[in-house]
Amino acid sequence: MKSILIKNGRIIDPSQNLDVQGNLLIEDAKIKGLCEATTTADEVIDATGLIVSPGLIDLHVSLCEPGFEEDETIESGTAAALAGGVTSLGCLPNTSPVVDDRSSAEFILLQAERAANCHVFPLGAATKNNEGKELAEIGQLVAGQAVGFTDADHPIENAEIMRCALEYTRMFDRPILNRPQVPDLTDKGQMHEGFHSTVLGLKGIPAAAEEIMVNRDIALAELTQGRIHLMCISTQNSVAQIRRAKQAGIQVTADVTPHHLTLTDQMLETYDPNYKVLPPLRSQEHIDALIEGLKDGTIDVICSDHTPHASEKKTDEILGADFGIIGLETLLPVCIQSLIIPGHLSWSELISKLTCGPAKILGLSKGTLADGADADVTLINPEIKYQLEPAHLKSSSQNTPFLGQELQGRAEIVIVSGEVRYRAEN
Amino acid sequence: MNIDHEYRTDISSGWTRKHILGLQDLSKDELNIILNQAAEFKRLAAIGETKLTPLAGTVVANLFFEPSTRTRISFGLAAKRLSADTVDFTASGSSLSKGESFVDTAKTIEAMGVSYVVVRHKTPGAPQLLAQHLDANILNAGDGTHEHPTQALLDIFTIREHFGKIEGLTVTLVGDILHSRVARSNIWGLKKLGAHVIVCGPTTLMPTELSQLDVEVSNNLDDVLDRTDCLNLLRIQFERQRGHFFPSIREYAHLFGMNKQRISKAKDDVLILAPGPINRGVEITPDVADGPHSVILGQVSNGLIIRMACLYLLHLQRTASLGIPG
Repeated sequence: MKSILIKNGRIIDPSQNLDVQGNLLIEDAKIKGLCEATTTADEVIDATGLIVSPGLIDLHVSLCEPGFEEDETIESGTAAALAGGVTSLGCLPNTSPVVDDRSSAEFILLQAERAANCHVFPLGAATKNNEGKELAEIGQLVAGQAVGFTDADHPIENAEIMRCALEYTRMFDRPILNRPQVPDLTDKGQMHEGFHSTVLGLKGIPAAAEEIMVNRDIALAELTQGRIHLMCISTQNSVAQIRRAKQAGIQVTADVTPHHLTLTDQMLETYDPNYKVLPPLRSQEHIDALIEGLKDGTIDVICSDHTPHASEKKTDEILGADFGIIGLETLLPVCIQSLIIPGHLSWSELISKLTCGPAKILGLSKGTLADGADADVTLINPEIKYQLEPAHLKSSSQNTPFLGQELQGRAEIVIVSGEVRYRAEN
Repeated sequence: MNIDHEYRTDISSGWTRKHILGLQDLSKDELNIILNQAAEFKRLAAIGETKLTPLAGTVVANLFFEPSTRTRISFGLAAKRLSADTVDFTASGSSLSKGESFVDTAKTIEAMGVSYVVVRHKTPGAPQLLAQHLDANILNAGDGTHEHPTQALLDIFTIREHFGKIEGLTVTLVGDILHSRVARSNIWGLKKLGAHVIVCGPTTLMPTELSQLDVEVSNNLDDVLDRTDCLNLLRIQFERQRGHFFPSIREYAHLFGMNKQRISKAKDDVLILAPGPINRGVEITPDVADGPHSVILGQVSNGLIIRMACLYLLHLQRTASLGIPG
């Protein structure tokens, strides 16, 4: 296979504590390490002004295939991932049929291989049909290369089932990913419960809906010694509980989305369904706590929680609109806006949350530029400013509140398995 | 008789708003323009001028996506009193049941020459959505648990008519504040006009952060009765409630129902309002509902002229924006 020399870039690899100006060589789909600028290669990429990062990893993404191809397909979703600089993603089992057996996991892999965009790692259902009643065939799913287990947007409500799931997955050293929301408290809720829900007349979702289940999941992780990963953390008290649990040595990890770091519940004032997400956008004090959680390592990972919906599901009245927004293509710029520009995180800290952080949780040999690693590399232009237009989006859906906004930063070139698979258009 | 010159007075000067979506958006001056215009229509009605002509040749569409009796009839009659043609739409049996979206349904109706759309919908923000997608002037006739501006305006008009003012009065809203669009609109309107507002009801029917709206929050009706000039008894919205917010109707009536005994504790001239439909024996006993303090039927009459005023003002904005001489 051919070789690629990436010249004059700022090479940042948190897995090796590396932040240097230099040149990186790729050969035979593997990283060959730092080298001289004079090294010869089949292709030379001038990375002046660019950050050379391990390929970004998005921990959980909805690709919607099979079953909801009007929203997204594995082909379009992975194209969106590439355009966002993501070279590997965990694919949620919120499909129809649900990915709760080996053959359905293998279907995901087959379609991803056909698309030939980024790497896709199936997340298997934790329970059959995501119903929370009986464990899915977790061992069979592991054989089908599932890397973690989750009921996606269905919180695992039954504490006994969660206990069993955490105990059972210990055999395979795989995490359970849970979206902590007590359904009784989120029922018919549309947004964060607070001043703005009161004024807007929309049923609120209290912060406690999340915090109660965070508390339960931490207690069960301690009881079982299993690995719990809490998805899309959004409240101040959740961060505090996770911080205490980590200090106590419990195997808990957590992620947050860029939109929960940037947007507040006040945005719902326009009743725009593109601000309707689950968990809901919270108030500024919660955002401040999430950022503190990222800074001190309480929150391990940032992920897009990419949730595509076809326009007819997102443009009508807010009560009827589905929850969720797309995020793969705005992952980097929104992180830059909310974390880098205000100085909350360094580039190395941010890249850690997007590369080695998620790789560690899912047990992937990815997210590093160490010699011999898979050659997945994202070249980031941190300064470029542009307005996000529908034509830019590779996703099949356009349900994002960031359309029309000026963004800063993007993936300029994306290399997957030693091949340049994406170049940004000027 | 065409008396255009009489109702086209200075009252309405300064009105530039295209839509009336809620009282949160309206200024004190705009509220007073509506109230004064309504007073003018009431004066005209009192001298027998009930059929006016400013909206002749225009079409008002009443789009009711949620059941309604009094509001729907009131808006229909208000439009007719102003000589508009009306189109009535109710959701049941419509194309919505065939899967058509709310906005597409409204746009289809607008394409039949509609200039003014009165909309009621179960979803908060539905009128705002139409305002984004339609050219017509939109008038909110109640959107979920968000706002019901004309109901609040008629409440405020009725109070002003009785006391001659709003400023300095204490108005207590009693009952299901959590699910009440009437309460939200009343709070915005009354506060802007200088009233002290108390909201009173069981803790389970109070939204969070209510006090941030600069209202006094109480869970004990008996404690606030003697300070109250006007009680607005909101209906318990059984159809919107998802669970058990209080143990029984009997207990609710015991704690928050207005009855003869409580009237005796209130100010001598206390005014009783209820947006209706009333649940007799729950929020209010029949003797109070039909008694001397009650202005419930007067509210209904005032509802008609408030809606006339709103439609008329939207018409003035429309003709001005189209460059049509007034």
